[in-house]
Amino acid sequence: MSVDFQHFQSAHCESGVTSNLFINYNQPLSEALAFGIGGGAFFGYFPFVKVNKLPLTTFRTAPGAILKKTIKRLGATLAVKRFRNQAKAQDQLNELVDQGTPVVLQTSVYWLPYFPPALRFHFNAHNLIVFGREGNEYLISDPVFETPVRCTAKDLQRARFATGPLGPRGRMSYFTSEPKDTDKAKAVRLGIKEACFKMTKMPVPFMGSRGIHMMANKIEKWPEVLGEKSARQHLAQLIRMMEEIGTGGGAFRFIYAAFLMEAAEILNRPALKELSREMTDIGDHWRQFALMGAKRCKNREDKDFSYAKLANIAHQCADREHQFFNQLAKQIS
Amino acid sequence: MKVKDVPQDTTFLGDVRAVSYAVTDEGKYSLTPSTGWSAVSQANDVAWEVINEDVEIALDSIAAGNHSPLAYHMAKHQMDVPLLASYAKLPKWRVKRHLKAKIYHKLSPAILARYAEVFNIAVSELDQLPSA
Repeated sequence: MSVDFQHFQSAHCESGVTSNLFINYNQPLSEALAFGIGGGAFFGYFPFVKVNKLPLTTFRTAPGAILKKTIKRLGATLAVKRFRNQAKAQDQLNELVDQGTPVVLQTSVYWLPYFPPALRFHFNAHNLIVFGREGNEYLISDPVFETPVRCTAKDLQRARFATGPLGPRGRMSYFTSEPKDTDKAKAVRLGIKEACFKMTKMPVPFMGSRGIHMMANKIEKWPEVLGEKSARQHLAQLIRMMEEIGTGGGAFRFIYAAFLMEAAEILNRPALKELSREMTDIGDHWRQFALMGAKRCKNREDKDFSYAKLANIAHQCADREHQFFNQLAKQIS
Repeated sequence: MKVKDVPQDTTFLGDVRAVSYAVTDEGKYSLTPSTGWSAVSQANDVAWEVINEDVEIALDSIAAGNHSPLAYHMAKHQMDVPLLASYAKLPKWRVKRHLKAKIYHKLSPAILARYAEVFNIAVSELDQLPSA
């Protein structure tokens, strides 16, 4: 039994499932629009939170927020369930899928057998859609892959109930009624407003453009504080957060730029196209950081490299982003 | 990043292609398939170096008779004691005990089966370690 599900490959899992879900309910919504409406662009540096023993750095808003906020801002409602009982979780998934309802699941990537082995780490905030089942296998629209994939029930259960930080606990979401067509302008404004606020006005030093400066200051001291070996590991982790985890490139800044192009049409604000181009440039600037850092990861003997140079790039990005989000806020005020 | 500049390097993605947002000549955004960027591969390699090192350390310790084979499987699966304990549904202090070579040899089949289940292997495979 499977729904006639249209699968579109996306850059990022959460915005990808949001987009694919709406599309399959006859509400066209690009991934970029979902990302921006959900207030996707962000920066947070949380050294007091460890992921794989390394400080958490994020270039996007909190896990789950994009799906939740996009749904809300577009006036739709999603049923969300979590389970203690794994068998019950599977029964309910089967029931929904058998009646033709596509279901968004939060899962770990570690236990998904179709993931490239090099990407199988204990990361628990992945999103995918189950749209059918055949025998012992589920048909899955995992947005970061080109085509739908299959996964055995046993493997999917493991992925749904992975333990550790941000454990999914079998979390599933689905529409109980068809989302209605809404005017996207208000949703776009709310998303932009949120991103601008969080990037420029948060009263804490580890978020937004202030957070980027704070991280840059730490980066400069890494060799001294952590030693060369650990500094290299921290650097690798940072590059992965910018480019490996399905960011669309440039630490999510390219996908945000694509969103602004669409926002320009929706809000009838040509100035947003110019800002989109600046965001693209900022994304390219972050990629310079990643490139410099990656050279260091590959070759420890690189004489031209210094953590101070790297920190400097980050400081430049921080300044640009601060100015950028202030300008963006003015466009929608 | 322009569409023509989207890297198509040989990376850990193998035949899989991810998509990136890139700008066309007309100035529009396009989701562009990519086999990956070498910079990302290089960073990913460092993450795996750490894991492989942990595996080596575990194997050495097992060979020296200090730790049990569970230490190898734990490292291979990128777990630490708290994570393994949560998957095995055992208290951490017990998992720490089971990691000791002396204790491991006395473990019941039921406990061994639990660990084998976590690691997705048969109980008989628990003792099968790669040669160092």
